[in-house]
Amino acid sequence: MNVGGSTIFGTADHESDVNKENETKLLLDSYVEKEKRAEAPRMGSMFRSEEMALCQLFIQPEAAYSAVASMGEAGVVQFRDLNSDVNAFQRKFVSEVRRCDELERKLRYIEAEVNKDKVPIPENTISPNAPNPREIIDLENQLERTESEILELSHNAVNLKSNYLELLELKHVLEKTHSFFEESFCLQQQDSTTPTSSGNDSITKALISEDSQQVIRGRLGFVAGVVSRERVPGFERMLWRISRGNVFLRRAELAEPLEDPATGNEIYKTVFVAFFQGEQLKSRVKKVCSGYHASFYNCPSSYVDRQDLLKGVKTRIEDLNLVLNQTHDHRQRVLTTVAKELHGWSVMVRKMKAIYHSLNLFNMDVTKKCLIGECWVPLSDVPFIRQTLADGGKAVGSSIPSFLNVIETNENPPTFNRTNKFTQGFQNLIDSYGVASYREVNPALYTIITFPFLFGIMFGDAGHGLILTLFGGFMVLREQQFTQKKINNEVWNIFFSGRYIILLMGIFSIYTGIIYNDVFSKSINIFGSSWSVILKNNTIKDISEATLDPAVNYNQLPYPMGLDPVWQRSSIETSPTCAPSVLITFINMMLYKKNTENVLPCQPYMFQYQDQLQTIFLIISLCCIPIMLAGKPIYIMISKRRMQKRRYSVNNGDLNQEIEMKENESVSIPSENMTLQYHPEEQQQDDEHEEMSEILIHQVIETIEYVLSTVSHTASYLRLWALSLAHAQLSEVLWNMVLKAGLMSESYSGSILLYFTFGTWSVFTIAILVMMEGLSAFLHTLRLHWVEFMSKFYIGTGYPFQPFSFKLILESEEALEE
Amino acid sequence: MGASLLPVLLVTGFWGVVGVVLPCYLPKGPNRGILQLILMLTAATCWLFWLCCYMAQMNPLIGPKLHNTTILLMAKAWGNAIST
Repeated sequence: MNVGGSTIFGTADHESDVNKENETKLLLDSYVEKEKRAEAPRMGSMFRSEEMALCQLFIQPEAAYSAVASMGEAGVVQFRDLNSDVNAFQRKFVSEVRRCDELERKLRYIEAEVNKDKVPIPENTISPNAPNPREIIDLENQLERTESEILELSHNAVNLKSNYLELLELKHVLEKTHSFFEESFCLQQQDSTTPTSSGNDSITKALISEDSQQVIRGRLGFVAGVVSRERVPGFERMLWRISRGNVFLRRAELAEPLEDPATGNEIYKTVFVAFFQGEQLKSRVKKVCSGYHASFYNCPSSYVDRQDLLKGVKTRIEDLNLVLNQTHDHRQRVLTTVAKELHGWSVMVRKMKAIYHSLNLFNMDVTKKCLIGECWVPLSDVPFIRQTLADGGKAVGSSIPSFLNVIETNENPPTFNRTNKFTQGFQNLIDSYGVASYREVNPALYTIITFPFLFGIMFGDAGHGLILTLFGGFMVLREQQFTQKKINNEVWNIFFSGRYIILLMGIFSIYTGIIYNDVFSKSINIFGSSWSVILKNNTIKDISEATLDPAVNYNQLPYPMGLDPVWQRSSIETSPTCAPSVLITFINMMLYKKNTENVLPCQPYMFQYQDQLQTIFLIISLCCIPIMLAGKPIYIMISKRRMQKRRYSVNNGDLNQEIEMKENESVSIPSENMTLQYHPEEQQQDDEHEEMSEILIHQVIETIEYVLSTVSHTASYLRLWALSLAHAQLSEVLWNMVLKAGLMSESYSGSILLYFTFGTWSVFTIAILVMMEGLSAFLHTLRLHWVEFMSKFYIGTGYPFQPFSFKLILESEEALEE
Repeated sequence: MGASLLPVLLVTGFWGVVGVVLPCYLPKGPNRGILQLILMLTAATCWLFWLCCYMAQMNPLIGPKLHNTTILLMAKAWGNAIST
């Protein structure tokens, strides 16, 4: 709800006049004198966002990299893009960014290889600094060497493995075909004695009996090989088709799977022997084999040859096994050494890339041979940046020092609230509604206590508050471990980032629970109740219920701390305090209705002059309305008229204006001091000429809103009562229906019943009363803050300060990866 | 309508120390302002909350409505046993 922007009232967000410039310079000089050494940024006041300065950096190209690196470590500078019209590929440091990309690619490959072998990558907690140019070259060479080494190792491993596979398959073939040939040999023997025929054998026999008996195998060609099990049916069919049934296939499945060298998958294979006659069929069979990726081997026909070959193959397999193991060990060693450095390297490369991206935002001033950059810096950090630039220049050893120049501007600076781990949660709650305008009052400061307090009013049970406190305390005490662990669960992360809020909410809930005298819906009697009963005879047995009379049964001294425990037993359900009655009382109050009931000896008023006081307050509040309505527009009108008078009496000419302004200043009335603040801006920009009518309309709307909100917001706070009542009733119902049933048993078996009853009661307590009610109270408290508190003054149109910070960049990249 | 002096003094004194005296003695550091505000706000809100509850019980217009069993138990446990 800005009326012509907040510029008109000269709040601290436009310090662009000459006086402020002088002040800033004095301030900076005093800073520089006091703190020569670079100091880490301090916690500023949380009441308003920090003062920001737009600075121009003039950096030597040699020193630029290290200067930006140290600024990234500090995380207090937000660079502006001075090259927004330049294509991303035409910027100055594009080649360096490409180098970083290349390094990242190598790192990704190495990481993939390390993960493939399941080598553990240790997490480093310390982030290494960005490497300087010399270290970059070292890093590049190192990565190059590592990458080529791993590539070579992989390649060799694949070769070795395929060799190994061939040998293994050959061994299997030799072993299995032995049985094939044995059979046919036996059959042949058999056949020579008795011409019996049965099943498969007849096929073999048929082939054999066509030719002469001894030299059968010589005429019968065969191909022995190995094919993967899933291809066998197709393979068989194809062989049958191309040979028109003249090929005979014998196969035996291999029990263990064999490892594929390229992918590492284990495949089940089958040994086969295909018998055929003639050379043509042989070539066809071989073609089919290659089509089905079946490997075939030269299997000698004679038994003795096969045995020799088998022995040779076995020894070769053993040798190859040795070599494979050694290669594997070597690879593991290389990968383990690399894995240790991997995290550090990737952090360094990411930092490098971020630095070069930032350097790309700078402008190269060709004549002066230096890089010019613009950035937003918090005013209190400007000396730190100056120191950083000086250090960077000295380290590189350049003759011309880099320097920083604070420039005046009318642009809206970003909003920067320096927070620590405690205040950050509360600041997030406020920023979710809207980021505060520059130098606006920051509600987060008060939210630290008002939020848990209002939550406590609505939650109000010491037992449940204790559960919350324990949960919050657990997270806070273990926060180091949890921040390092990086858990992926979204719900846990939400709870963990709000751990201080939860802890405070729990503590306040315990306090309000004590005041409400509610511990898991039971009251505790510490100080002795102020209510007592005086019974003179036994007539009490005839009356089922009796209401105690405060004049008689009350000892006139209130229970010292909280609600008297006697109220827990009270069965008063309908009372003057229930809902419709409260609202009606409230509305009557607004309408200024007098209580016409006059029940003696009760007075209609609480103290003597209450009537007159009420009238006075009402008149004061009514008088405020025209002030709200007309005050701001009238002020604007008067100040505008004064400004116009001033402008007509001054020439047009930028430089002269300031001098003449100063002259006028000495003569002017002190109240016009404020108007001078926006004079330079008036000449620099076009006049923000707002029609008076618009301002009036704005003001009318605001006044109506504000007056209405006095009633509506006050009524809205009734939710505090409503939610606390709901919570108390829920916990009482849970007690009465669940736990009380477990405690009523009179025998020992009741202990088992109590065991289960307590379990149920605890589950419901945590699920419904703590979690659900807690979330509900949290939400209502948030609404009370956002609407009933902040709508009265909060503008919230700022944009957040997004500094160039390595920590933030690394965190966001890690979040993206997961 | 009455109020006993001791509880009022004690509670007011406690929150007074927390909210007025303690903030003056905080160590000088970057967080001094925030801690001072936290202490003052806590003391103010908690004391007010207690005060509302206390003052609401100073002049009760109505007493609790109790079952006769509760009344008998109260008489027995809290004093004033029934005299027949």
